[in-house]
Amino acid sequence: MRLITAVVKPHRLDDVKAALQAYGVHGMTVTEASGYGRQRGHTEVYRGAEYTVDLVPKARIEVLVEDDDADAVIEVVVKSARTGKIGDGKVWSVPVETAVRVRTGEQGPDAL
Amino acid sequence: MPNGFSGGDTAFVLISAALVMLMTPGLAFFYGGMVRVKSTLNMLIMSFIALAIITVLWVLYGYSISFGPDAFHGLIGNLSLFGMRHIGMNQLSGSIPVFAFASFQLMFAVITPALVSGAIADRTKFAAWSLFVALWGTIVYFPVAHWVFDTSQGWLAAKVGVLDFAGGTAVHLNAGVAGLALCLVLGKRVGFRKDPMRPHSLPLVMLGSGLLWFGWFGFNAGSALAANGLAGTAFINTQIATAAAMIGWLAYEKIRHGSFTTLGAASGAVAGLVGITPACAYISPLGSILLGLVCGALCSWAISLKFRFGYDDSLDVVGVHAVGGAAGALLIGFLSTGHAGSPAKGLFYGGGPAQLGKQALGVVVVGVFSFVFAWLIGKAIDKTIGFRVSEEVETAGIDQAEHAETAYDFSAVGASLSRALAPAPSPSTGDGTPAKKVDA
Repeated sequence: MRLITAVVKPHRLDDVKAALQAYGVHGMTVTEASGYGRQRGHTEVYRGAEYTVDLVPKARIEVLVEDDDADAVIEVVVKSARTGKIGDGKVWSVPVETAVRVRTGEQGPDAL
Repeated sequence: MPNGFSGGDTAFVLISAALVMLMTPGLAFFYGGMVRVKSTLNMLIMSFIALAIITVLWVLYGYSISFGPDAFHGLIGNLSLFGMRHIGMNQLSGSIPVFAFASFQLMFAVITPALVSGAIADRTKFAAWSLFVALWGTIVYFPVAHWVFDTSQGWLAAKVGVLDFAGGTAVHLNAGVAGLALCLVLGKRVGFRKDPMRPHSLPLVMLGSGLLWFGWFGFNAGSALAANGLAGTAFINTQIATAAAMIGWLAYEKIRHGSFTTLGAASGAVAGLVGITPACAYISPLGSILLGLVCGALCSWAISLKFRFGYDDSLDVVGVHAVGGAAGALLIGFLSTGHAGSPAKGLFYGGGPAQLGKQALGVVVVGVFSFVFAWLIGKAIDKTIGFRVSEEVETAGIDQAEHAETAYDFSAVGASLSRALAPAPSPSTGDGTPAKKVDA
């Protein structure tokens, strides 16, 4: 199994969610996150003062998938999240040793 | 009741007193919404505590210093009314009972120090603030109220002839300048100019400004101390100038910074209320539109001065109250019609510069007096018990450290976790075991 983590623009979340569901992913965890990459945030003017906002709001999506699905799911996320502008975010995956469904005790791919 | 008593006037002034009382909670929310989430409660209580402290002092000696028989050349009242012991139930001040008048004036004494608190948001020890409220109220506000509001004895009002109907100098300039002195004594917040420090709840700011606007009709119209034409004049001018100032602020802000902000709308309304306060009984409705537009745009510009000069007037008390109060007081010298609350005519009505000179003198005298004593009181407190919280407390959040509470508990997981991690007493351990005993 692999854990795929995607950090994307918040306004792309609905499209990413729909694309993952269409692919057949059964569940996901979404959290509000903030951060920056190479674009290093931006400046804002409020009440007469200019500020650097270096932590930009993002949505973090986490999906557990079987090894064979990993590349395809990453592809789905990248396609549905892309706007082509800076700040589109990143997707990465890591191997996962165990997964257990709490209600039934099923383990491994059965728990997905 | 004795001769001269008016039931209508008394009813009006009592209701006005209650309206002005509501301005202090309104101010608390206006300021409370503007700070970051970690200092919300501290900001609220800094206003509320003024209701407690000033009320007690007012009974003891405040009313006597402000409105008692003059003790020295219109500078200060004597202490013959100490404890309000010798004021009779049916004793009149004009056409209303003395207790009605004293209640109305008390609410002004309460909100004035509360206004100062916005200049030193996020970083003030609560005990030090409470001490400042008591000392500044005693040394600065009570005497200044005697100068300006005691129209038969006070030196600025009765001898010099400064026109200040409801407190442009005595309340707003006075508080704004004290705010400047205090933010210089305390220094800048950690992260000033680097972190955005945006308001955590603009709905609270809007609610607060609405309550202030509502209460201000008592403040200004009530200052007629009678239900008469003068009160009507003050009432309508208050509404007009506030409306115009909101437009003035928003227009300046849109041209200068590109957005119409809700914070700008709220601040513009307050700037108009501040500006019309001294002038509401002396100028015309059209004059009120002009005054409002000027005060709105001027204060919108003035709040940027703190970045140019590097003082952390956190919630723009200087830019709105000192600048707006002074502007309103000075504009009387131009806009006074001569046939409303005072026979003195302003420059635009053929009155010459005489009244403007008096107004300028009032502004300078109150401004300098308040600045010097606020600075001295602030320094004295800072050198003894310390005026500012530690950097650690300021960064972590003053609410938890000073008050053992937080404003919002939205997260079922996060709330008990944050309380468990905090050093202060916690009402529950969060894991189902019985709550520890706390003194709350």
